[in-house]
Amino acid sequence: MTFNKSLLIPLGVFGLLVVFLALGFRLQDPHLLPSVLIDKPFPEFELQDLRQPDQLRTLADLSGEVSLVNVWATWCPNCLIEHPELLRISRETDLPLYGVNYNDDNGKALGWLARHENPYEFSIVDDKGTLAIDLGVYGAPETFVLDASGVIRFRHVGPVTPEVWRETLLPVVEQLQGMSDG
Amino acid sequence: MIPELGHFSLILALGLSVALAVLPALGVYRRDALLMQTGPSIATGLFVLLAFSFGCLMYSFIQDDFSVAYVANNSNSALPLQYKISAVWGAHEGSFLLWTLIASGWTLAVAAFSRGLTFDMKARVLSVLGLLCAGFASFLLFTSNPFDRNLPFHPADGGDLNPLLQDFGLIVHPPMLYMGYVGFAVPFALAIATLTTGRLDAAWARWSRPWTNAAWAFLTVGITLGSWWAYYELGWGGWWFWDAVENASFMPWLMGIALIHSLAASEKRGVFKSWTVLLAISTFSLSLLGAFLVRSGVLTSVHAFAVDPTRGIFILMFLVLVIGGSLTLYAWKASGIKSEAQFEWNSREAMLLINNLLLVVATASVLLGTLYPLLYEVITDGKKISVGPPYFNRVFVPIVCLLFIAMAVSPFSRWRRTSGDVLLRQHWPFLLATPVIICLVTYVVATGIDVIAIGVETLAVWILVLLARHWWQAGSISSASQLGMMLAHAGIAVAILGVIVTITYSEGRDVRMNPGESIALAGYDITFEGVQKVRGPNYLADQAEFNVTRDGEFVAKLRPEKRVYSVGQNVMTEADMDPGLMRDVYVALGEKVGDTAWAVRVHVKPFVRWIWLGGLLVALGGFVTLLDKRYRRVRGLVSNNVVGTAA
Repeated sequence: MTFNKSLLIPLGVFGLLVVFLALGFRLQDPHLLPSVLIDKPFPEFELQDLRQPDQLRTLADLSGEVSLVNVWATWCPNCLIEHPELLRISRETDLPLYGVNYNDDNGKALGWLARHENPYEFSIVDDKGTLAIDLGVYGAPETFVLDASGVIRFRHVGPVTPEVWRETLLPVVEQLQGMSDG
Repeated sequence: MIPELGHFSLILALGLSVALAVLPALGVYRRDALLMQTGPSIATGLFVLLAFSFGCLMYSFIQDDFSVAYVANNSNSALPLQYKISAVWGAHEGSFLLWTLIASGWTLAVAAFSRGLTFDMKARVLSVLGLLCAGFASFLLFTSNPFDRNLPFHPADGGDLNPLLQDFGLIVHPPMLYMGYVGFAVPFALAIATLTTGRLDAAWARWSRPWTNAAWAFLTVGITLGSWWAYYELGWGGWWFWDAVENASFMPWLMGIALIHSLAASEKRGVFKSWTVLLAISTFSLSLLGAFLVRSGVLTSVHAFAVDPTRGIFILMFLVLVIGGSLTLYAWKASGIKSEAQFEWNSREAMLLINNLLLVVATASVLLGTLYPLLYEVITDGKKISVGPPYFNRVFVPIVCLLFIAMAVSPFSRWRRTSGDVLLRQHWPFLLATPVIICLVTYVVATGIDVIAIGVETLAVWILVLLARHWWQAGSISSASQLGMMLAHAGIAVAILGVIVTITYSEGRDVRMNPGESIALAGYDITFEGVQKVRGPNYLADQAEFNVTRDGEFVAKLRPEKRVYSVGQNVMTEADMDPGLMRDVYVALGEKVGDTAWAVRVHVKPFVRWIWLGGLLVALGGFVTLLDKRYRRVRGLVSNNVVGTAA
């Protein structure tokens, strides 16, 4: 029996395909994005406040102390899941929590906050998604930890559950607060 | 408690599937008949455990157990019962559990209906299927467990099922699609098992045929339902979008057609054997690739499930193992396969070869278009590009037109050689007459004459007329296989007619309408009567009322809705239509654009139903072939054949 080399062609084509799929994967891995943004200043923006539409919010409003920025939307079921935890954080800590209302409708967003209570100091209206693009937001919810000078120090993709808060976010926040105190 | 039972049962199922992968194969290796025969009972246990696990998940949905994370994310206490049930497969985890359950169902079917197979062959096939089930089950358990709990803090109510999925079409579409996808595992397993024996004979092809036809028919139903759902639910009257996920189902479907035809040639004439094996591997590989594309988040799509890179990596590893492994086995073993028969260029074998080549090229063009955005992004390091319908229409349509020509003439070709007049000489008067007739008809009923449309319509009518003539001349249908073939071919022709007429002659307008105003479109007068609030079980809707008349005579009242679902505040457009065999009148309600005015989209779509009727006819044809008597008395044939080959 002689070996027919052309029979290897399908295998070769498949191998090439796998290489591309694997590379494509690396590209879109949301967990790789933080490395791009971490330790970079939060992007500049000038956007409406959700509750006071005549007030424009800018980066200056987020700076001054360690804070959390949470990207949320009414169309996102996971935002509802993390909501109780955000409420608890805003009630039980002094940490300022800012919302970025992403690709949403203002009326719906206000209704949602009225129904489920508002954990945010204020929410920024990002109805065109421009700030979200600068942030490289992959979807909602996402939560960023900013240090006192407005530099992004940590990014969490997905809902903030009690475990995420306890094991991931709180240590980062405490470390940053310790640094700014010292 | 119930979710834990489901979880536990899933773990046991993983154990059993590993046993199924190992024990019968070990039996073959040791020539131990007892071990070889363990397959069917393990397969039964596997199916029962997975069905129980699936039942537990369904129970959690019906009981609104929001401590289960998957339930909390995809259901809601206000959801109507039928959608609570269909929500079980409304997202990634549950739908993959369904996938795995269906895989075990096919495995059980193989174990139960395999009297024609030798014990040795049956053991090998079941082992391959067991290996696949083990892969699916471990994917579920390690990356996408639907039974994960949200404890101790669970939400009081769930996040609701995506309203797009709250629909009858979506209750039945995924199960049908998965029956097709996973069903191709059977011819795949047979091909692998046959490769390991190194003996490809007619029995193998004959045995693969009904399974391939069944899987393919299910896939056809699934794709048809998906297209129908997109038409009435997405709210803009389209029925195919060349979306990455649609393509993911379309590629194995196309490859499946090639496989079905190639199997026929392998069985009857002993040609293309090695090629057929490759097709069997490719068809199932494309099913798996589809699953990868949908579930890994590598491609963005309206259908894509939640992104989790560990899942993608797991599936990619699985792809490498299964597809890479089988292609390696193919390269190693297929050298020894020799095709026996010779044939001439106008024989049926040659026709089937043309069919195969065109289908493979068509599949490759769809694959390229689907993956091109990804390739481009990898090569340019992050630049994004999207490949839309223009690419697919330009590349895919000409190939398919060639395919239709081959399809029209090939059923009348003969094995080995066909006399020339059967193929060509009899057809030219018809080919000249049809465009003229169609031109006349078009001129009378429609607005303009479109050369491409007339060409394609001619082809479709030609296929139908030839089938009818064949039936007429033969006097009777010789077998269920032949009836199935004719139904499927006729279905394709019907679907082509639907597609081309809808594309060419549909009329549609987007207008702003105040109550009392009316618009004339394609002979219909559509009057906007007004809007009222309506309350559904889990949504509030603005329901508009339109009165449709033609020449002053009442045709229909249409009530399209704009729904706001209470939980997620999702807005959904619910179009309404007056369906008909010859045309659909379609109205969708857009945004409110003034105090009383609304944006309204109206369409009149001739022949659009023919697309799905054709699809169902095709699927029916596939199912009818299963009734063929030859598949029931295979036992004698197989043993004869094995002897024949050995001799």
